[in-house]
Amino acid sequence: MFAGVIHQVMSGIATGGIYASVALALVMIYQATHHVNFAQGEMATFSTYITLMMINAGLPYWVAFFLAIIVSFVIGVAIERILMRPLANAPVLSSVGVFVGLLLVINSLSGWLFDYTIKQFPTPFPDRPMLGGYLSGHELGSTAVTLIVLACVYAFFRHTRLGLAMRAAAYNPASSRLVGVRVGWMLALGWGLAAAIGAVAGCMVAPIVFLDPNMMSGILLYAFAGALLGGIDNPLGAVLGGFMVGIIENLGGAYLVGTELKLTLALVIIVAVLTVKPTGLMGRRVFSRV
Amino acid sequence: MTALLEAKGLHAAYGETRVLHGIGFSVREGGVTALLGANGAGKTTTLRAICGTVRTQGEIALGGRRIDGLQTEDIVRLGVAQVPEGRGTFMELTVEENMKLGAYTRPARRVTEDFEHMFDYFPRLKERFRQQAGTLSGGEQQMLAIARALLLRPKLLLLDEPSFGLAPLIVQEIFRILRRIREDAGVSILLVEQNATLALDFADDAFVLETGRIVLSGPSGDIIKDEGVRRSYLGY
Amino acid sequence: MSMKRGTWLIAVVVLVAAIWPAATFSSYHLFQLTMVAVYAIAILGLSLLTGFNGQISLGHGAFYAIGAYTTAILMTTWDVPYWATLPASAAVCGVVGFLVGLPALRLGGLYLALTTFALAVAIPQLLKYKAVDAWTGGVQGLVIDKPDAPFGLPLSSDQYLYLFTFAVMAVMYVIAWNLVRGRIGRAMKAIRDHALAAEAMGINTALIKTGTFAVSALFTGLAGSLGAIAVQFVAPDSFSVFVSIFFFVGLVVGGVSSIGGTLIGAAFIEFVPNLADAVSKAAPGAVYGVILIATMFLMPAGAGGLLASLWRRLTARHPAAPDGTAAQGGPAAEGTATIEADA
Repeated sequence: MFAGVIHQVMSGIATGGIYASVALALVMIYQATHHVNFAQGEMATFSTYITLMMINAGLPYWVAFFLAIIVSFVIGVAIERILMRPLANAPVLSSVGVFVGLLLVINSLSGWLFDYTIKQFPTPFPDRPMLGGYLSGHELGSTAVTLIVLACVYAFFRHTRLGLAMRAAAYNPASSRLVGVRVGWMLALGWGLAAAIGAVAGCMVAPIVFLDPNMMSGILLYAFAGALLGGIDNPLGAVLGGFMVGIIENLGGAYLVGTELKLTLALVIIVAVLTVKPTGLMGRRVFSRV
Repeated sequence: MTALLEAKGLHAAYGETRVLHGIGFSVREGGVTALLGANGAGKTTTLRAICGTVRTQGEIALGGRRIDGLQTEDIVRLGVAQVPEGRGTFMELTVEENMKLGAYTRPARRVTEDFEHMFDYFPRLKERFRQQAGTLSGGEQQMLAIARALLLRPKLLLLDEPSFGLAPLIVQEIFRILRRIREDAGVSILLVEQNATLALDFADDAFVLETGRIVLSGPSGDIIKDEGVRRSYLGY
Repeated sequence: MSMKRGTWLIAVVVLVAAIWPAATFSSYHLFQLTMVAVYAIAILGLSLLTGFNGQISLGHGAFYAIGAYTTAILMTTWDVPYWATLPASAAVCGVVGFLVGLPALRLGGLYLALTTFALAVAIPQLLKYKAVDAWTGGVQGLVIDKPDAPFGLPLSSDQYLYLFTFAVMAVMYVIAWNLVRGRIGRAMKAIRDHALAAEAMGINTALIKTGTFAVSALFTGLAGSLGAIAVQFVAPDSFSVFVSIFFFVGLVVGGVSSIGGTLIGAAFIEFVPNLADAVSKAAPGAVYGVILIATMFLMPAGAGGLLASLWRRLTARHPAAPDGTAAQGGPAAEGTATIEADA
């Protein structure tokens, strides 16, 4: 029984890495713009399709992987520059409408370009059980990849000039302009990064859940739960939240509610966090002025 | 006198509300110019107009070159630094990160010596270097804000109410440092202040704003003697 | 309500809209119109909550599903006649709506949208839950018998169903219209426009907000019941997240706070897939997405709002016009300059 728990926890960390990545992407955009990117999942799915397209065209896995990341980055920047600028001061309903619209468009684009049949997605990792049988080769590899990506993003924000400028633009756009930071482009970069991270998450999860246009809708839910749990304006919190949700989902699915109700578990987490501690475990209290 | 900054026929508005009605003023090169006026006269709006953060009509020229209509980020790169009302501190970031942002437009290799320069003026910032900026006192945040602006190596420094909310002793200390800066750095300063005595003591020239119009201008020595100014702004 | 001539005009139009298709349309087209009526009620429910009360819901498919399953289960397990399931469904959905509305009180616009979106995504899985398989029919779902015209009326069941659904729709619209025009409607709108001010004015915001949630869920749940009867089938995968999203699309396209606009929205989401499907399976989603984005940028008040402002411009020239809005002192009396188009 104890071995079972460890197995669930380790699996949970593996899937948690994916949730943490998507949660980070969500929080990056939320922190800078106060918008929730409902289309984040669809963007990641689209990126995964692009990767598959390149692999099928003969490119080696990792080449396709990195190219897809770059393409996704560019798409993210483009979406911000074209669609998001007018939304800066729009009412909530308008921004929700645009994001839902974006979700529909990208979802349809995936279906149109790559059709609706479920596809297999290759994994670059060996198919053997690892770590004494607690993790599959892919789970271990995917955990490593997501951890590396998260570490790189952290290092980028903490230790580079550009990363500092992006954080500043998210915290205080007015003061950022006064030191010469090009706030508009910082937002675009944020979107690009979020899209790139989404691409990584998509490629890591596709071998497990198989690729179809609706692949990421459940994962997006877990990512929301993770981001809220950690604190929707706190990137580190979002990452921790993502891992926690992964573990909770696996343990809950195995011992509490059964695997069929795992999505409901995410819903419960969301409602619980928002009613008990809306700022999440690591978020800050925000008082809104009348 | 040679003017570093000249404004002519400057109008500014927030949405439909006009705040500045065709004002004209100049900032002496290498000197200190004060902009005086009561609350709501339009002093902060004038600074915002120079920085391009508010909609304007009319001419603003920096060293002969037109800067009205340019983006804030470009105006900053031409050598205009503002210490905004309320300091504009990046609260969530450390003092070090705030200062790094001040030096954002400067080449990386220069930054360490620029920082040393700032520590010379504001030793307290060195003490608090790794602290979160939001935990600094009001006076320290003001020093940080000035340091951030100076790290840009600006030609023109805009100061918006540096004395606001600070204890008199701190204000004195800050103005002492400002005097040193003015001598050493050769930077031109446009000072917006409600505290007219303080401003006129420090400045070479002054302009007086009333509900968006310049009503008086001249060397600060003359302004300080003006009856109207004495009654309205100096209290005697 | 001094619009005698206008009311008679509307009544005539309504009668014609009911009788003419029933008499002349093929059974397939009648089915489509029945679904338009069903979606109209569903979107009307959403409009009350999101358009008139400012609470954004991306999860109304949940209530639609609850209504549908309530009807299906009552009919298949206990042989309850179809018409008797309607009050039951309304009651169940109203209660569920109220219960959902309670935690929703603490959620601001974006967070509520997020939470309801999460609900929408979780619905199919909830419906497939093995423990309640015996009632819900699990993945296969439940099949419902189509009701025949009662009292031996010389109508085909499609004709009868159309008229029945239409009648229910008319009743719901009258209820909604009155609700929105009255004191409660004003309170709803006040909360939407400035919740704190509404509270300060003495409006019991908590009661109104949860009440609106309940009524909204009731409407959409009732639509779900009627939809189940029309389609004769309920299954978990029919209630994917896209049902909720399409209701939202219909709401926005018709006009977020336009009662009449909900009909336009309903027609939109019924007929666009039929037309777009001919191009490709992906086309409907793309059309919805593009039009949703375009509407937000170009026409935030939706089609209903556009028509309403045209109507106002026409009736403004004729002060003796039978339309009620002119008599009430014009649109300016109605509130802020937001998406105000309560036609």
